[in-house]
Amino acid sequence: MTKPFLSIENLTQTYPDGQGGTMTVFGNATFGVEKGEFVCILGHSGCGKSTIMNILAGLAEPTSGVVVMDGREVSGPSLDRGVVFQNYSLLPWLSTLKNVSFGVAARHPEWSKAEVLEHSRKYLAMVGLEGDVIHRKPSQLSGGMRQRVSIARAFANHPKLLLLDEPFGALDALTRGTIQDELLKIWGDSGQTVFMITHDIDEAILLADRILLMTNGPFARVAESVEITIPRPRNRTAIVEHPNYYAIRNHLVQFLGKRSKELAGQASDGATQSPETVRIDLTDAADEPTPEPRLRAVNT
Amino acid sequence: MPSLSLNQRALLLSVVMLVVGLLVWEAAIPAQKAVGELTEYERLTGGGAPKAGVPPPSQVLAKAWEELSNPFYDAGPNDKGIGIQIGYSIYRVLSGYLMAAVVAIPLGFLIGMSPVAYKALNPFIQVLRPISPLAWMPLALFIIQDSEASAIFVIFICSIWPMLINTAFGVAGVRQDWVNVARTHELGHLKTAFTVILPAAAPTIVTGMRISIGIAWLVIVAAEMLVGGTGIGYYVWNEWNNLDLTSVIFSILMIGVVGMMLDAAFASLQRAVAYAE
Ligand SMILES: Nc1ncnc2c1ncn2[C@@H]1O[C@H](COP(=O)(O)OP(=O)(O)OP(=O)(O)O)[C@@H](O)[C@H]1O
Ligand SMILES: [Mg+2]
Repeated sequence: MTKPFLSIENLTQTYPDGQGGTMTVFGNATFGVEKGEFVCILGHSGCGKSTIMNILAGLAEPTSGVVVMDGREVSGPSLDRGVVFQNYSLLPWLSTLKNVSFGVAARHPEWSKAEVLEHSRKYLAMVGLEGDVIHRKPSQLSGGMRQRVSIARAFANHPKLLLLDEPFGALDALTRGTIQDELLKIWGDSGQTVFMITHDIDEAILLADRILLMTNGPFARVAESVEITIPRPRNRTAIVEHPNYYAIRNHLVQFLGKRSKELAGQASDGATQSPETVRIDLTDAADEPTPEPRLRAVNT
Repeated sequence: MPSLSLNQRALLLSVVMLVVGLLVWEAAIPAQKAVGELTEYERLTGGGAPKAGVPPPSQVLAKAWEELSNPFYDAGPNDKGIGIQIGYSIYRVLSGYLMAAVVAIPLGFLIGMSPVAYKALNPFIQVLRPISPLAWMPLALFIIQDSEASAIFVIFICSIWPMLINTAFGVAGVRQDWVNVARTHELGHLKTAFTVILPAAAPTIVTGMRISIGIAWLVIVAAEMLVGGTGIGYYVWNEWNNLDLTSVIFSILMIGVVGMMLDAAFASLQRAVAYAE
């Protein structure tokens, strides 16, 4: 069996529970991400999504288990893995432009100063930050603007793997839509692999090739891997017309609403925990039973 | 007065307090030295001599004018202009202070980055820090055998602690998120230290530097009183020996003014490195 581009093998993370014992966030999590794939991960707050992402980024060491990317074990962070942090993590003493350009300069040490600034401005403009704003400090920006700076910083570096931790959480629907489109464009052009955490089911269906579903912690599991059987290019208004849309959506809502709780709290006892692949496709002859699609109002 | 801003009102109040204070001082002086009321004995023992009493502010102002209009004259070892004396003091403070900074800031960085270094050096710091800088003076004089260098050493030893402790504290407190940004961009150790940790810790470090320069200026006066020769501390002591209280008061004021200017310089440095999160 050939390994996928990104392979997460028997990943276990425990923390001290504050009362002398240990608390297992997740145990023996095992899954893979193919090259060029766009994967979203959904799960309730506190189940361990950011923890997984920090391990993928190489910022944290798991208690046990390994992450292999491109045939090499991940040990420590790398410019090949770009991160948009949940809390933006901008450097408050640098201007918006410098926050992006210092990263670009780190990626391309051979570029001239003018090239670095030009490239940085381009990506800031792409997330809608132009003019005076880019000379302001992060403390003088709104939450959504800061989030966009952090997105620009990660996108500008063209990492092989983009790790996005709720990258659009603080944005209004309109800006969010624009940046989602930009993300899809960059991803489509570059062949990058994207691993994205989100709380927004509709966003996940719009963007992802595959959605990983996590059960509640502790002992969280990546329980299911749901294929999004809707062809690209996807359009935010037309996508809801697709016969698979509500079937998939209902499955996800069902999981997050009910089954994530029912499946929670089971220790893995050392067994490898791989997600079960779920494929919902009403367009070809129904070969497996799928949940009845129900009509429902959607807020997109 | 609603038409005046807060600053204007404060300034007005300051001026009023200054004027009233000076008037009260001026008015209080003649009562002390009405020569006519002194007894024969007091007159004979010098009670009536003009220099023996506390001088009125007008005299101090006249002295200030005289000294400040020619601050750099040099008429022998015991008669130098106030500018020269202050210059000596500032020179000693700055050389001792800069040496302390060169040692304290890199060492503080190391302690802040490494818990082992912190634990290892902490007992030494805790014992050495509370020692009055002047207590080092005899040892310094004996070992260094040079009064000038000993004064500088005392400044060095007193300014090192606040800088060392604040640097270590500031570096240890840099948010992990910012360090993670540096790590994901594969910045090397040195690059991380200069582009992330130093700017992040700079406000705390500069606060330490500001405390240090304040202490150094306090200590130099005492050190120069002991060491003698030159400097504003020696000048105060010398004028006291001459019973020239006008000069003593004038130099006290000058010590305050120079201290304030040193502090103001670091306050502006502090503003320059400050950032809002
Ligand atoms: N350094 C730590 N020490 C102890 N426990 C931790 C630590 N970091 C995270 N945890 C615990 O691990 C669990 C998972 O945290 P994580 O931040 O990964 O959640 P998350 O899925 O990203 O949640 P959210 O959606 O709210 O961001 C939580 O229960 C949290 O309390
Ligand atoms: Mg999180």
